[in-house]
Amino acid sequence: MEWDWNFVWEIMPTLIQGVKITILATLLGSVLAAIVGLAIALARRSPNKALSRTVGFLAEFIRGTPLLVQLYFIFYVLPDIGILLPPLVAGVIGLGLHYGTYTAEVYRAGIDNVPRGQWEAAKACNLNARQTWTNIIMPQAIPPMIPALANYFIAMFKETPLLSAITVLELMNQAKSVANTYYRYVEPMTLVGAFFLVISLFSVVLLRWLERRYGKIER
Amino acid sequence: MTQWSGYFGLILQGALVTIELTLMGSVLALIMAFLAGLGRLSRFFAIRALATAYIEFFRGTSIFVQLFWAYFVLPFIGISLTPLQAGVLALGLNVGAYAAEVVRGAIQSIGREQYEACIAVNLGRWQAMRHVILPQALLVMLPTFGNNAIELLKATAVVSLISLTDLTFQAQVVRSQTGNTMVPFTTILIIYFALALIISWGVRSLERRMARGLDGVRV
Repeated sequence: MEWDWNFVWEIMPTLIQGVKITILATLLGSVLAAIVGLAIALARRSPNKALSRTVGFLAEFIRGTPLLVQLYFIFYVLPDIGILLPPLVAGVIGLGLHYGTYTAEVYRAGIDNVPRGQWEAAKACNLNARQTWTNIIMPQAIPPMIPALANYFIAMFKETPLLSAITVLELMNQAKSVANTYYRYVEPMTLVGAFFLVISLFSVVLLRWLERRYGKIER
Repeated sequence: MTQWSGYFGLILQGALVTIELTLMGSVLALIMAFLAGLGRLSRFFAIRALATAYIEFFRGTSIFVQLFWAYFVLPFIGISLTPLQAGVLALGLNVGAYAAEVVRGAIQSIGREQYEACIAVNLGRWQAMRHVILPQALLVMLPTFGNNAIELLKATAVVSLISLTDLTFQAQVVRSQTGNTMVPFTTILIIYFALALIISWGVRSLERRMARGLDGVRV
């Protein structure tokens, strides 16, 4: 089978539409994962044993099961109990929840890495819990987390093709639909692969820069 | 009332396919991990470049794209794979690339003094690797290999999209035949989680066994 450049240019506009949805899903998913991860990390530190155990188990469960099945679950099961979500929203929730359980570990490591002395100093200065968190702990804990968080956001980006299984019209789905229309798989599938490879290679450079700029946390 | 026992049999068949895929994929991943991980530490530039290209390529493009590429594009260039072969190939090569970095990291984490001691007792490069470095490095690799195996287990869900009858595929079959979404998807989520627990338990007991007699050797 020959590689046909004309065909490539013909399908490019469709693929670019898919790229936009892919990037949108990654950005929204990253924001959600950052928030969910923080919530999980804080809940697991809670002195309330029931809360921290339950959240801990749920996070383990989500991390131990495939994202694809979770997406199906959100997309097909929730409508049964009356929650009807558009595909993209279901996809973003799935990505955010799944990667939230990973980012939670990053937050945990970041918070644990703040030296004990800082907590004690905050107490000595008579800061209350909220002041300690917002003024002392978070400003020191967050910068070293940034490269590790970025790493997971890149991993999430590479998982977005799964959204095609719940009918989100992202890059993979557009590629599949043009491939099925013209019965030519070589160009669309290769272009999707090339697109992911190029973005990943750029993101490796970005990660190195983030690591130099913010340092790395020991995990 | 629907005949749940028959449907449960279907799901169990799917579980067997998932387990089979996970095992075969893990074996391929393990082989690739050592080939590429040791390749990255080679003295010869060509081997290093080849190993790096393999790792960056398979980590950079998503597993989903690789699977579709193996299943839909390879037939056009004359290589026809069954869904199972395509699945094992894509899963093994993809996870192998991640695990290769684990192999490299673990070998590099072994202290300089071990290498110097090998030179002092006049071991060749291969002998040093085989008798001194690898036995220590394996223990460092093991926990992360466990995580990689769980990632592989989770990634097997994707093969349902190339019509391989794994857990996720069978759950879809049950869903379309019974119209019930909650029961099949909850069941397979629990099965996946149980499998993940078995893997992490197995790796932990293997780690204990291998660490026996090494007390005080590792820092």
